[in-house]
Amino acid sequence: MSREPNPLFLAKRTYHGRRMADAARLLPILGGGLFLLPLLWKTPSEQGGTGTVQVMLYVFIVWIFLIGAAAILSRRIPRSESDPSEPEQG
Amino acid sequence: MATLNILVLTSLFYVVLLFAVAFAADTAAQRGRGRWLGSPLIYTLSLSIYCTAWTFYGAVGFAARSGLEFITIYLGPTLVMIGWWWTLRKMVRVGRSQRITSIADLISSRFGKSNALAVFVTILAVIGTTPYIALQLQSVTLSYAAFADFGANTGEEINQNLTAFWVAAGLAVFTIIFGTRNLDANERHHGLVMAIALEAVVKLFALLAVGVFVVWGLAGGLDNTLDRIEASAIARWDVPGSRWVGLTLLSAAAFMCLPRMFQVMVVENDDERHLRMASWAFPAYLMLMSLFVVPIAAVGLDIMPQGSNPDLFVLTLPLSEGRDGLAILSFLGGFSSATSMVIVAAIALSTMVSNHIVMPVWLWTTGGSAMMSGDVRHVAMLARRLSIAVILFLGYLYFRLSGSGAALAAIGLISFVGVAQFLPALLGGLFWRGANRKGALAGLATGFAIWAYCLFLPSFGPFMLMPQEVLDQGLLGISWLRPQALFGTEGLSPVVHAFMWSVSLNTLVFFIVSVFSFPQPVERLQGAQFVNVFEHSTTSGGWRGGQAQSEDLLIMSQRIMGAGEAQALFSNAARAQGIDGHLPEPTPDFLGELERAMAGSVGAATAHAMISQIVGRATISVEDLMAVADETAQIMEYSSELEAKTEEQERTARQLRQVNEKLTQISVQKDAFLSQISHELRTPMTSIRAFSEILRDTEDMSENEQSRYASIIHNEAIRLTRLLDDLLDLSVLENAQIVLNLQTATLSHLLDRSEVASGMSDGSFKVRRSPDVEDIELYTDTDRLAQVFINIMSNARKYCDAETPELSITPRVEDGIVTIDFADNGAGIPADKQGTIFEKFARVSETKAGGAGLGLAISREIMARLGGSIQYMPAQTGAAFRVSLPLSAENTAQAAQ
Repeated sequence: MSREPNPLFLAKRTYHGRRMADAARLLPILGGGLFLLPLLWKTPSEQGGTGTVQVMLYVFIVWIFLIGAAAILSRRIPRSESDPSEPEQG
Repeated sequence: MATLNILVLTSLFYVVLLFAVAFAADTAAQRGRGRWLGSPLIYTLSLSIYCTAWTFYGAVGFAARSGLEFITIYLGPTLVMIGWWWTLRKMVRVGRSQRITSIADLISSRFGKSNALAVFVTILAVIGTTPYIALQLQSVTLSYAAFADFGANTGEEINQNLTAFWVAAGLAVFTIIFGTRNLDANERHHGLVMAIALEAVVKLFALLAVGVFVVWGLAGGLDNTLDRIEASAIARWDVPGSRWVGLTLLSAAAFMCLPRMFQVMVVENDDERHLRMASWAFPAYLMLMSLFVVPIAAVGLDIMPQGSNPDLFVLTLPLSEGRDGLAILSFLGGFSSATSMVIVAAIALSTMVSNHIVMPVWLWTTGGSAMMSGDVRHVAMLARRLSIAVILFLGYLYFRLSGSGAALAAIGLISFVGVAQFLPALLGGLFWRGANRKGALAGLATGFAIWAYCLFLPSFGPFMLMPQEVLDQGLLGISWLRPQALFGTEGLSPVVHAFMWSVSLNTLVFFIVSVFSFPQPVERLQGAQFVNVFEHSTTSGGWRGGQAQSEDLLIMSQRIMGAGEAQALFSNAARAQGIDGHLPEPTPDFLGELERAMAGSVGAATAHAMISQIVGRATISVEDLMAVADETAQIMEYSSELEAKTEEQERTARQLRQVNEKLTQISVQKDAFLSQISHELRTPMTSIRAFSEILRDTEDMSENEQSRYASIIHNEAIRLTRLLDDLLDLSVLENAQIVLNLQTATLSHLLDRSEVASGMSDGSFKVRRSPDVEDIELYTDTDRLAQVFINIMSNARKYCDAETPELSITPRVEDGIVTIDFADNGAGIPADKQGTIFEKFARVSETKAGGAGLGLAISREIMARLGGSIQYMPAQTGAAFRVSLPLSAENTAQAAQ
């Protein structure tokens, strides 16, 4: 049951890999936030309110950004099976 | 009618193509050529069964009714996919390491392999999925009818029921053929996945084609399309926040919990790394699928006559424009969406039904014994095939009963909320070790009750299953219990309302019951295995062997896994246990492995139950765990014993090696001695012969010469005699034939005598002595002891290579034992010779002439007779010997005699 003591400092590569995993964790939260943003936009009853088209374009742009970010992250997260994740819980 | 015929022909051709692709992929996989079949791209495409006919047709209808809201159904899964590092990765890892066959299996396996939970989840999954299957059948028949409406002026009525029936039957056949090829549900269905991937491409291509046609063909370009959207009824961004958030969360939850999604995402997963690509590629797929939805809806609303079904715009727009080819492509897209969903859903559900309901019931009815004759494998396969047929028939039945009244999207969302009830148990099971079976059961029951009350029952219409009064005034007239406004929460749409209340109360009950109840040991074991899947080894459970009969186990597993596979498993296990060619011992390890292998075929709970029957135990009790722990302790003890034994053996081996080395050296020495002794004997003999001949044959020899030759002969004869004396001496000593001549003498006197006798006193050698401690009276064979001293001293004289040679002699008395150390300041004896110097005929150096190598051997024998010993002390700078003997040799001498 004894957990091996985690080293205080990591090789640059491992360190980078863990930060990429952190980014992968954050990405859906960021995406969720961005997708919620249109709810705060002006309601259409007011003059010059936001229309479906604007929201649609915004949603697709965010979507493409998320896909691109996920694609980059998925390549950068270390592939080794000795999983470098869960550093926070250690 | 011609179009309709072409449509039917094309569909049939398409179906044949699917069969061919599936068959080819299966064959390729069997021959081991299908490496590309397991590529991440295929995996990503297979995930596209999320996009059913509901997406293909329904999304446009959804958009036409409520604008952008439809997009939430895709945003949820997108967020789940790009957040794969959080949950999906763990789900897939657990699924693979525990050989999970379905979501029911996962939940039951996590909560102590509880079959009750598995049955519950299975039933709920069937209830939640059947309407969805009906929805797919409906979409195919509707789209077919739409074709007929446009093409048919012949007045021939399309029998929708018949269409639906044949579609259902065809799907059942396809699913049975390609979905139950192998019993191990954990194995990949390569053919099936390949067909689904092809369908994924077809439906995406079809929707994009229609979209491109609508935007550039009908609307006249991108700008015009945007203008049309601005001008349409859905131009306003007025999606209620609750629905936007609620539906996103709902679709995210459903994406993880839908049995069919679980099937392709976890069960059919070939390699965990495929998730990497899917994490961005699948969101891209979803994005492309929804790219043209709003334009198609807006243009459809604009062009199509009032009252036409917006759910079918994707099909009717090309048809109304006379683009039959595009319409057929669109039909195939919808057909693909519908069929792939139905196929995978049917497989997922049939696995659950057969593993968690049919097999346990069958085992129970056959006397509860897994040892019955008959082929369980056959039964399991049959159960799965029948389940597929039954599930599709249920879907058809639902379709017949519900008619085609409800809008497609509504059924889809109701189904989503139903399966989302698995979420708390699923996530709780994966991330919280405190989650337990009672909590999961209670949470699920609560969630489903609320779902049924708030959403499912009202969905059949006000007068079907739920009276209008209940809807309006609540159960028993309590307004807080109004199905669509629980606790007075009005203003939410029914779906979001039901989702919110069912999942939150589900979670709450799950949490509270888990916190206040105590899990069974096996639940806790599984909990640790699941939650810490990235740290733990993949073993699960804990079996205590011993009572289990390997033969019974083999018979049983042969019937479940098939003879070849079971035998291979058993012989591998036997080999691993080091008893090749026999049946393996039913060790806990082996039982665990066997259980996991069987779980792949019949599910964890059933496999557990079957092994329990043979091992002779139904559940794991604390006592059992204690026993397992005891056994572990015993094993550890045993292994430490083994370790000790191994050490002992190693030590013995080391000693043996040393002895062997010594023997080899002795043998070499003996050979060397023989040549040495013959040389030693021959040299004096030769000179004796030569000089005696001279004396005999030479006539005129001076007196002087005669006496010189005679003295040479004499000296040589003495040398010979000495050598022979030594040999004789040794032989006498060794045979204990010596008679000790015991007398009293002081050590200093003995040393003085020896110094003179060995020629040390001639001044060439400095002898350091300690006169003050030498005054020790000894009662021993003083002549023999002096012989030892002389031997040591003359050795030092002969071999000490220091420039100013020194010998220090330090006596010491302790507990009636005298120890005398002789140490010189030379180079000492080389380490490799130290072991043999006391052997007969040993000589430190071949080049330095000397005796025959008997001196030390004789000394050793003498010391042994005197009750003492002589040792070489290796840690000194030069050669050092320690002679020790008792002050009085009487007792030992008597004993020796």
